[in-house]
Amino acid sequence: MYQYDTIDREFLADRAAEFKEQVARRLAGEITEDQFKMLRLRNGLYLQLHAYMLRVAIPYGSLNATQLRKLADIGRRYDKGYGHFTTRTNLQFHWIKLRETPAILEELATVDLHAIQTSGNCIRNVTSDPYAGATAEEIDDPRVWSEAIRQWSMLHPEFSHLPRKFKFAVTASPKDRTAARVHDIGLVVRRARDGTMGFEVIVGGGMGRTPYVGPTIKEFLPANRLFSYLDATLRVYNRHGRRDNSYKARIKILVAALGADEFRRQVEEEWEKVGTGADMPDTEIARIRAAFAPKTFDTLVNRSEAFETAKAADPAFARFARNNLKPHKRPGYTIVEISLKAIGDTPGDATSDQMDVVAELGERYGQNDIRITHEQNLVLPHVKLDDAHAVFTALAAAGLATPNINLITDIIACPGLDYCALANARAIPIAQDIAHRFADQDRAELVGELKIKISGCINACGHHHVGHIGILGVDKKGEEFYQLTLGGSGAEDAEVGKMLGPALPADRVTDAIDTIVEVYLRERADGERFLDTFRRTGAAPFKEAVYAEAH
Amino acid sequence: MPKLIRIIDGQFVSADDPFTHVADDEGMPLGDVIISLTRFSAEGDALISQGRAVGVRIEPDEEVEALAYDLPKLAVVVIAFPKYRDGRGFSSAHLVRERFGFKGEIRAVGEVLREEANFLTRCGCDSFETADGSSPEQWAHAANRHRHVYQRAPDGRTPAFTERAES
Repeated sequence: MYQYDTIDREFLADRAAEFKEQVARRLAGEITEDQFKMLRLRNGLYLQLHAYMLRVAIPYGSLNATQLRKLADIGRRYDKGYGHFTTRTNLQFHWIKLRETPAILEELATVDLHAIQTSGNCIRNVTSDPYAGATAEEIDDPRVWSEAIRQWSMLHPEFSHLPRKFKFAVTASPKDRTAARVHDIGLVVRRARDGTMGFEVIVGGGMGRTPYVGPTIKEFLPANRLFSYLDATLRVYNRHGRRDNSYKARIKILVAALGADEFRRQVEEEWEKVGTGADMPDTEIARIRAAFAPKTFDTLVNRSEAFETAKAADPAFARFARNNLKPHKRPGYTIVEISLKAIGDTPGDATSDQMDVVAELGERYGQNDIRITHEQNLVLPHVKLDDAHAVFTALAAAGLATPNINLITDIIACPGLDYCALANARAIPIAQDIAHRFADQDRAELVGELKIKISGCINACGHHHVGHIGILGVDKKGEEFYQLTLGGSGAEDAEVGKMLGPALPADRVTDAIDTIVEVYLRERADGERFLDTFRRTGAAPFKEAVYAEAH
Repeated sequence: MPKLIRIIDGQFVSADDPFTHVADDEGMPLGDVIISLTRFSAEGDALISQGRAVGVRIEPDEEVEALAYDLPKLAVVVIAFPKYRDGRGFSSAHLVRERFGFKGEIRAVGEVLREEANFLTRCGCDSFETADGSSPEQWAHAANRHRHVYQRAPDGRTPAFTERAES
């Protein structure tokens, strides 16, 4: 993975020193809370319902063991012994004391981590494929471009006061694990017929109050012209995006208002004027690329006797292997997904002890490479099949072997009203209740891939619009109600889910999910996922069943 | 004479401001003036022919492209930041300095805060009417806080990728 050099490290040290001064000014009363707000927000420090929350950036969801151990350590010493992995692949600490934040940032900087641009109207953390470097599907390593974007966006002088926050996703696989089409900019690596590398550029996707699947603004952007094109796109947005209403300020609103064709025309016109002077030199891309050189893999055969024997002897491991192990590009290796969705726990939470276990396993069995997924799970991308049982056993001992990746209990939920000042309704208890209902693994596997995503308010941090089943918390005269949407997807077949009917009270949500699942099991044809069945049948049978019971 | 912070020979210093900001509905005083783009379109050439130094103030919703051919005649381009978080002025400053190659003073006015010193300077501003009472020393400290930058920008600082290539 990318190693910070002296320049990257001095940059972080300077930033930490700056924030230390700013906190000192606040604590000394030299600046008001209001004036301090914009400073802390530039360092990922939010004031939430009960305490300060610090959001630490995990660039493109990639960590080494030392970094993860440091996060565990900070969770233990400055928080309540845990952290929360987010859908932006960041890590949040929810119980932070203001006076301790400078020390935390200094400690983060010692392991090349920071909280820069994890909040505010700037370019946020880049999402990339958690299987990068490990999947045979990819045509390039998307981390190369993600790291280049990270550097280009760091304290960008022109684009740090955009109309609204700005999020990138970069993927190089046909199977999209980054939700590229619902990002401000989604970049999908493509190859032209002559083999030239480039990007499909998708602009103006998003969720929130006004969800859009982003249109393709450029079918093929040559890779060496990426940064001039980004400059042009961001400049058009910075100058013309709406600033009068924060709900209408994302780039998706500008793209929709102008229409994709007119937006494209404006970007192309600006791009022509920008010229090649704004592109990153190929030598720098090559330097970054070298940091992501393929790992050294042992030459193994496809079949691991140890793995097959362990599966035969240990049904729990066989189940884990079925659901949580994914194909690796090299024979004898596997990608291990670690679910942070243990039945009844808070989705995305990990205790400091659990982080230490994953760090240890990553170091010992996984080439010191650990990933975070936007679905709030962890990944060890390079594990030998021979070692998979040992990894499983250690995970199980730490409560981390829940075999439910992509199943109905692998739920995304925002922190909701339990933590967040914006929320209308709780999200976590709903997720927990649904997980309990489907705790029977045989039934969950029978149902197969089904992505439930829950947001506690219309800001959609829980990505409910792109859930196969989305659940949105709304406030009705002081009571929590939940609006169901069906048929959404954040993957390569991206679509915004459709509202099923009137919102339901909290105590009816899990029953409704159960009913929807039963209708699916009744209606599905061979090999159809829930999403496929829904797209074939439409909402009618589901709506009928859910609301028939309501009367 | 009012004071402002300017970059002179690479140093942030306190400097006298010889210009008077003149609103559209005010009478024209004697001396060097800063006027709106609208007023400049109507009166600019006449004022310049009187031998005065003239500056034009660009609001966030105005396009600096309108000034492209007039820039050589201007003493100062003023970029207004009515709110610090309205970032359109950064694009305006960037374009004036880099695309149109303006060599004169680019001044940031409005809610101009120390925390923006680095971004403003990088985008080509070299003079600042600060809103927070910053001293030139405090301003310089904020602007020079980072030893490294990652982007090419109108200030000409060496970006990280060039530092690396040259090391």
